[in-house]
Amino acid sequence: MIPASFDYVRATSLSHAIGLLQDDPDGNKLVAGGHTLIPTLKLRLASPALLIDISGIDELRGIEVADCIRIGALTTHAELLASKPLREVLPIFHQAADMIADPQVRNRGTIGGSLANADPAADWPAVVIALKGELELAGPTRRRRIAARDFFVDIMTTALEPGEVLVAIHMPRPNRGAKFRYRKIRHPASGYAVVGVAATLCLRDDIVSEVMIAITGATSRAFAADSASTHLIGKPLSTENIAMAASLTGEQAECLSDHYASADYRKHLVKTEVSRALASLNGA
Amino acid sequence: MTDHTEELHVVTVDVNGVRRTASVEARKLLVHLLRDDLGLTGTHVGCDTSQCGACTVDIDGQAVKSCTVLAVMTSGSSITTIEGLARGGGALHPVQAAFHEHHALQCGFCTPGMIMSVRQMLGQNPNPTESEIRHGLAGNICRCTGYNNIVRAVQSLASEAPRHD
Ligand SMILES: Cc1cc2nc3c(=O)[nH]c(=O)nc-3n(C[C@H](O)[C@H](O)[C@H](O)COP(=O)(O)OP(=O)(O)OC[C@H]3O[C@@H](n4cnc5c(N)ncnc54)[C@H](O)[C@@H]3O)c2cc1C
Ligand code: FES
Ligand code: FES
Repeated sequence: MIPASFDYVRATSLSHAIGLLQDDPDGNKLVAGGHTLIPTLKLRLASPALLIDISGIDELRGIEVADCIRIGALTTHAELLASKPLREVLPIFHQAADMIADPQVRNRGTIGGSLANADPAADWPAVVIALKGELELAGPTRRRRIAARDFFVDIMTTALEPGEVLVAIHMPRPNRGAKFRYRKIRHPASGYAVVGVAATLCLRDDIVSEVMIAITGATSRAFAADSASTHLIGKPLSTENIAMAASLTGEQAECLSDHYASADYRKHLVKTEVSRALASLNGA
Repeated sequence: MTDHTEELHVVTVDVNGVRRTASVEARKLLVHLLRDDLGLTGTHVGCDTSQCGACTVDIDGQAVKSCTVLAVMTSGSSITTIEGLARGGGALHPVQAAFHEHHALQCGFCTPGMIMSVRQMLGQNPNPTESEIRHGLAGNICRCTGYNNIVRAVQSLASEAPRHD
């Protein structure tokens, strides 16, 4: 359980990291919290030539809650769990962080590493999609923003281009009265999501005025359950409408199958978890 | 596979209050620096998958799995291991004493990591409920005790009368 040899550089700035990444985009790899990468290196499933340690770059840090919300890529799961200002506006970060891994892993693992890694069973992808987040990416020639819902391309594959670094996640400040829920069926051994559901909802005079549901774990990439949202807008959050939204989400999901959960079982979990998430927001 | 130069990196860390310097390959895990180079074998390795928590140490005030940290990444940090808890003179640290008192170990393999996690938990929440204790120890696996006596040991350290869930 000793990784193969590699070289190591502590990047001193974002442009330093991007420059090193550009030198050999296939052989050089960023390391943030290391809690996905180091286990992979130990199992020798990856053998980079050079690790570029970005954990000391200040620009990638911090949680800012103002008219918009900015979360630096290096923010750890533990910081997201503990942040009071964030919990006041977007309590879903606290809900989800509390269900990720364990205290020691949360102390090191970062939201940026989780999003960039795009494990189909990771929790944060669903949360940032449901919050209509935008990811800020910095590359050799430009900075750009991409909607979270367009960032996840396939299993472990994102829209990051060679030489690009994820800098931060930006989210609009939610409307007053917006409600949030993250629910998850944990894999009993790994703790990752077999199915995870992030939902945000606004009710005006008991009618759904805004809703966004995102699913992780079930399919090869986290996705926004648009058919369910379209169905719910302008309607009361009745038992029938919740059941319809759950069923539409299930239909949209092309579920993965593995030795723990078949595609049919995952689809079933998607439906029950969506209905439980929505029901919990009714009157919450 | 390409053959990479095994350049050595100088790591300077404060371990249990003593400044230590070592030259390590980039691939060296912190747990191996502690055990093999510094002789601090109280920190254990119990798994290959970052799950068991036997290797838990404190880095700059945070409980961390030292099998999942590169030694080079910790240069400049302060590290506390199980060896750094008891203040000498034969007296145990309060968490160690509570484990002893409540029979919270059998083989003892998980114990150093458990104690490092309990120490962080009580630092953040001095009066945890039973479910908070169990949730807070989710990153530490014990094969022997069935956890109940570990929970009792932690409850005995809580700062007030037991809270209920
Ligand atoms: C025991 C255990 C249990 C876990 N349980 C869960 C769980 O329940 N749910 C869950 O979601 N996750 C879980 N994880 C994963 C954990 O959350 C990881 O910490 C996280 O997925 C990766 O973050 P990191 O900072 O450690 O990334 P690293 O391991 O440092 O990097 C991961 C990948 O992302 C790239 N990368 C990192 N930062 C950036 C950046 N800013 N820009 C571009 N690329 C970048 C790296 O090059 C690498 O390819 C678990 C991990 C462990 C060890
Ligand atoms: S040795 Fe098992 S988590 Fe570190
Ligand atoms: S006492 Fe044996 S593993 Fe915990």
